[in-house]
Amino acid sequence: MTLDTPATDRDWAALVDDDRVRTSMYKDPAIFDAEMEKIFGKTWVWVGHTSEVPDKGSFKTSWVGLQPVIISRDRKGVLHVLVNRCRHRSATVCEIAKGKTSSFQCPYHGWGYALDGSLRGVPYTEGYSADFDKSQMGLKKLKVDVYNGMIFASFDTDVEPLEDFLGNAKVWIDLFMKQGGGFPVKTAGEHQFKFPGNWKIQLENTTDAYHFPVVHKPFLQSLDAEGAEQFDFLEGDGYVEDLGNGHSVMVMMPELVDLEDDLDRDIPERFAALAETLRKDYDEDQVRRIVRAVGGTGFNLNLFPNAACSISFFRILRPVSVTETAIRHIALAMDGGPVAGNQMRLRMHEHFQGPMGFGSPDDAEVWERVQRGADGGPDLDIMVNRGDGLEKTSENGLPVGDVSAETGMRSAYQMWKRMMAQ
Amino acid sequence: MNKVAKMTAEITLQDAATFIWHEADILDRGDYDAWLDLWTGDGLYVIPINPDSDDYPNDLNIAYDDAGMRKMRVGRLAGGFAISAAPAAKTVRLNARFVLLEQAEGHALVRSAMHLTEDKFGRQRTFAANVEHRLVRTESGLKIRDKIVRLVNSDGVLTSISYLF
Repeated sequence: MTLDTPATDRDWAALVDDDRVRTSMYKDPAIFDAEMEKIFGKTWVWVGHTSEVPDKGSFKTSWVGLQPVIISRDRKGVLHVLVNRCRHRSATVCEIAKGKTSSFQCPYHGWGYALDGSLRGVPYTEGYSADFDKSQMGLKKLKVDVYNGMIFASFDTDVEPLEDFLGNAKVWIDLFMKQGGGFPVKTAGEHQFKFPGNWKIQLENTTDAYHFPVVHKPFLQSLDAEGAEQFDFLEGDGYVEDLGNGHSVMVMMPELVDLEDDLDRDIPERFAALAETLRKDYDEDQVRRIVRAVGGTGFNLNLFPNAACSISFFRILRPVSVTETAIRHIALAMDGGPVAGNQMRLRMHEHFQGPMGFGSPDDAEVWERVQRGADGGPDLDIMVNRGDGLEKTSENGLPVGDVSAETGMRSAYQMWKRMMAQ
Repeated sequence: MNKVAKMTAEITLQDAATFIWHEADILDRGDYDAWLDLWTGDGLYVIPINPDSDDYPNDLNIAYDDAGMRKMRVGRLAGGFAISAAPAAKTVRLNARFVLLEQAEGHALVRSAMHLTEDKFGRQRTFAANVEHRLVRTESGLKIRDKIVRLVNSDGVLTSISYLF
């Protein structure tokens, strides 16, 4: 009998070249297992937004890789991310997606845990010997940190500080959050769907402008002329910038990088009715700021390994298996902002996103086709060389390609390579 | 029966079931222009996410369509450019367990159970929903004013959908 080669012994780095990756990256269960350990088990993973756990006692279930977790806010307001697994015999202690509670109780034998994960109650304690130490049997805790409302967690207690990990992406997160239009940004519902394909197919897509006019032609056909021109960004001055650590930004509409810039510009026709409604309650400066915010930003920020701030919403991926990925498209709204503005944001989100949107089903279809096609030509590679050799260098000393360059994918795969080699 | 009497005649459970089966047949055949003709034009086609709310305008929905949006949606599905709908999954649906929730002169609110199986790429997926039709009598027969499709897994992880419920 031979033992399987331990995952750590394989030469994962050889799977990624600068401009292409091996097809097995989408297909090999051993690679997937190693990714769960070396990437999702180590780095900062996006788990939620602070508006999902607004109050003391608020909780929200989420995932870090394959592992179910609970985000909770304790009685002092401190955030915790806890593995959703009783320390006794592993039953989940919470199956409600979101709510408020004072504790989590295991349904199997009644073990009770506080909001910070500490074990409080064990029924019939006399059945345990004196050396049973409750203080060592709390829910497993992850390291937690928050940047501009986004909650990240890591299984690695020695992980680098979140701000260092985000690095050059931080200014883009700050720009993204300007779509509160002067109000705090809050989550406002979400679409969830899965597709039969590897998680990296979705990771690539968030910085793929090249597919937009092809896959999203029906969406473009449903816009007015002004909107269609705005989304015709392949002809424009957009760019994709490697931000380091696998993060990247794809700027599709450079005029919508900073939503507070140049607010005197004409209000697009499709927002005219909204502006008129807002004028009843807000002065002209606020009206322009809110209208601009409602339209969202002009960029997709991709945060390795599982999150994106995409134009006007959060796009969160969750690996389910080597050939299955679940995706959340989380809508955002202005907390305390005008009802008409928030309703328009919801309608715009429904238009493109979700299992029946005018965009997402076509994305899901081509991602599935990628996975199906990867059954052929195992000797062939996945090409991510578009724009390679044509890039400039950013102020941060990193590559910048034109809007349809695969610079963001190369950035993500280099980070993948770095983490898998550790 | 004179015209007014016709318009205000009661919509029976049998009338409603016959109409909803007719609609189901149209949808399974993907005859979307015929489907648009089933509507009065002033109502909504909603597929909510939140099972506990009917505040559709202020909630995020899977679909929230007035007449204009329904027309665009049909244009997308039938236009031949949407890769997910070219070809779309084939569907077979059954509506049953009809219940009359409200009945007034020429109006009815009907809830039914719907089971749908789709087939594409050699795999089948199923959806189950409670469907509410608000039906009205018009000069040209029964029409849909509003239709609310409550998928039993609406707030769960769905799959992309290339047809109408």
